[in-house]
Amino acid sequence: MEPISLETIQQHIDSHLSNGIQISQDAFGVFNCELDIKHLYQFVHFLYKDEVLAINFLTDLCGVHYPDQKNKEIGVVYHLQSMKHQLRLRVKVFVSENKPEVPSLTGIYGSANWMERETYDFYGVQFLGHPNLKRILNMDEMLAFPMRKEFPLEDPNREDKIDYQFGR
Amino acid sequence: MKTNLEFLAAIKSPDKPEIPYNTLNLGPTHPATHGIFQNVLTMDGERIVHGEQTVGYIHRAFEKIAERRPFYQITPLTDRLNYCSAPINNTGWFLTVEKLLGVQVPKRVDYMRVMVMELARIADHIICNSILGVDTGALTGFTYVYQWREFIYEIYEEICGARLTTNMGRIGGFERDFNAIVFEKTKKFLKEFPPVWREFENLLSRNRIFMDRTIDTGGLTMERALNYGFTGPNLRACGLDYDLRTAEPYCSYEDFKFEIPVGTTGDTYDRFVVRNEEIWQSLSLVEQAMNKIQALEAGVFHADCDKYYLPPKQEVYKNMEALIYHFKIIMGEIDAPVGEVYSAVEGANGELGFYLVSDGGRTPYRLHFRRPCFIYYQAFPEMVRGQLLSDAIVVMSSLNVIAGELDA
Repeated sequence: MEPISLETIQQHIDSHLSNGIQISQDAFGVFNCELDIKHLYQFVHFLYKDEVLAINFLTDLCGVHYPDQKNKEIGVVYHLQSMKHQLRLRVKVFVSENKPEVPSLTGIYGSANWMERETYDFYGVQFLGHPNLKRILNMDEMLAFPMRKEFPLEDPNREDKIDYQFGR
Repeated sequence: MKTNLEFLAAIKSPDKPEIPYNTLNLGPTHPATHGIFQNVLTMDGERIVHGEQTVGYIHRAFEKIAERRPFYQITPLTDRLNYCSAPINNTGWFLTVEKLLGVQVPKRVDYMRVMVMELARIADHIICNSILGVDTGALTGFTYVYQWREFIYEIYEEICGARLTTNMGRIGGFERDFNAIVFEKTKKFLKEFPPVWREFENLLSRNRIFMDRTIDTGGLTMERALNYGFTGPNLRACGLDYDLRTAEPYCSYEDFKFEIPVGTTGDTYDRFVVRNEEIWQSLSLVEQAMNKIQALEAGVFHADCDKYYLPPKQEVYKNMEALIYHFKIIMGEIDAPVGEVYSAVEGANGELGFYLVSDGGRTPYRLHFRRPCFIYYQAFPEMVRGQLLSDAIVVMSSLNVIAGELDA
């Protein structure tokens, strides 16, 4: 188990894939990259099969909602991990609120199944190719996607609690 | 006698409708599920053809609530994830916030945290393994070792005043120093618990009935386990020595000497044995941590970060800055820096991760809990396919699926 530098990863990826993926490293040592949606499956599949980097573990998958980013309102964040080198790679894709379609990773990772269902449940992201995309934690009859920012946590008609004084 | 594989081959094909299958609802509230989740099993006689899990019965929207809470008010939410080992969740959350804020905690706080986390791990493994005994028909061992879990809760009580949902510690350290009773009780625990646990192990680990029920039940290869996102003791039972405490040491785990037990086949028996061995390792860690704490100067129990750690109450009455910070912290008016953090700890049943996105406000912009059992519970249908109904119960029990963590 030896640490891998940013340059090594970047060079390795450039030598195998030609879609100009840029990797950066944040202050906590986690590698980051933001992808175009059409490169996602190919990139993750390449990492899964690649034996040098061995980034073959999907740690976490979740959605984030940024209502102010035009046409990139919904982000899906993947945390990938290499147990061999103990490195973490955070992959982000952004899609529009009107057409939140992301390829499903269930073909690569069995663990993606429920995590994608959870993201669909809370953000309404349509994972294309998912075998069983239905709600998982909320009830099936629910109409809203409750983790989106426009979904109020508390009753909006309440007048006794002023939001700007108490929390967000 | 036919093996499991032969039975699996003999299971009738689903496209022959003339052969009826039975559907069996295991749960949502069933004594054998140990929590509120449902399994819809398709049965061929007593063999399981297919299982489908329904989760979410106790979903409490913690991630949504967390978006409106200042950081210190999120700790009680983490208590309620894996409530069998709440101090580990608390510490995991503090480490995440401290990473974002850039707070460096003193060594003594690290050791104090290691001590409570390892006690929590022991409590969690006591529950899991003794309940596995109950599910195979051995109730006595469970009642015998459970008093020691109670005893660990008494130690928690001395540290923080609570037992199950502990809310133990603060961002930057602990709310108060460990008192003498904590060390006294821990010493008593270290002295008197091992013989009891040894007896419990003797009851089950070479027991013919127990071995017949658990060996080759619910096994999974390492490749499948990794694909399903297994972490923690369940992954180690499959034979991979991956433990966050050594792979990405947090809380000064690098100062401690301990071993990572691994299994071979990843079946129920291996999981049981791995957890047993982890209890022995944790006992040694508790002892090491306690010696390290006592070797250091007493009275250091928090980091020096007056913006995030509540000032002592006496100061609040006398000192202007202390009063201001007290007010600002309680009202949640302290802004956090902008940033994105993923921080994980080795929970009692796997990697418990916190993904925190901060936009510079007083609350998280987004907080996601990586709950280990939500991820590995997906493998359950594959693990029990072709096995008996009673095996399914044993497998579920040995996976240590905690409903609070499953649903968040």
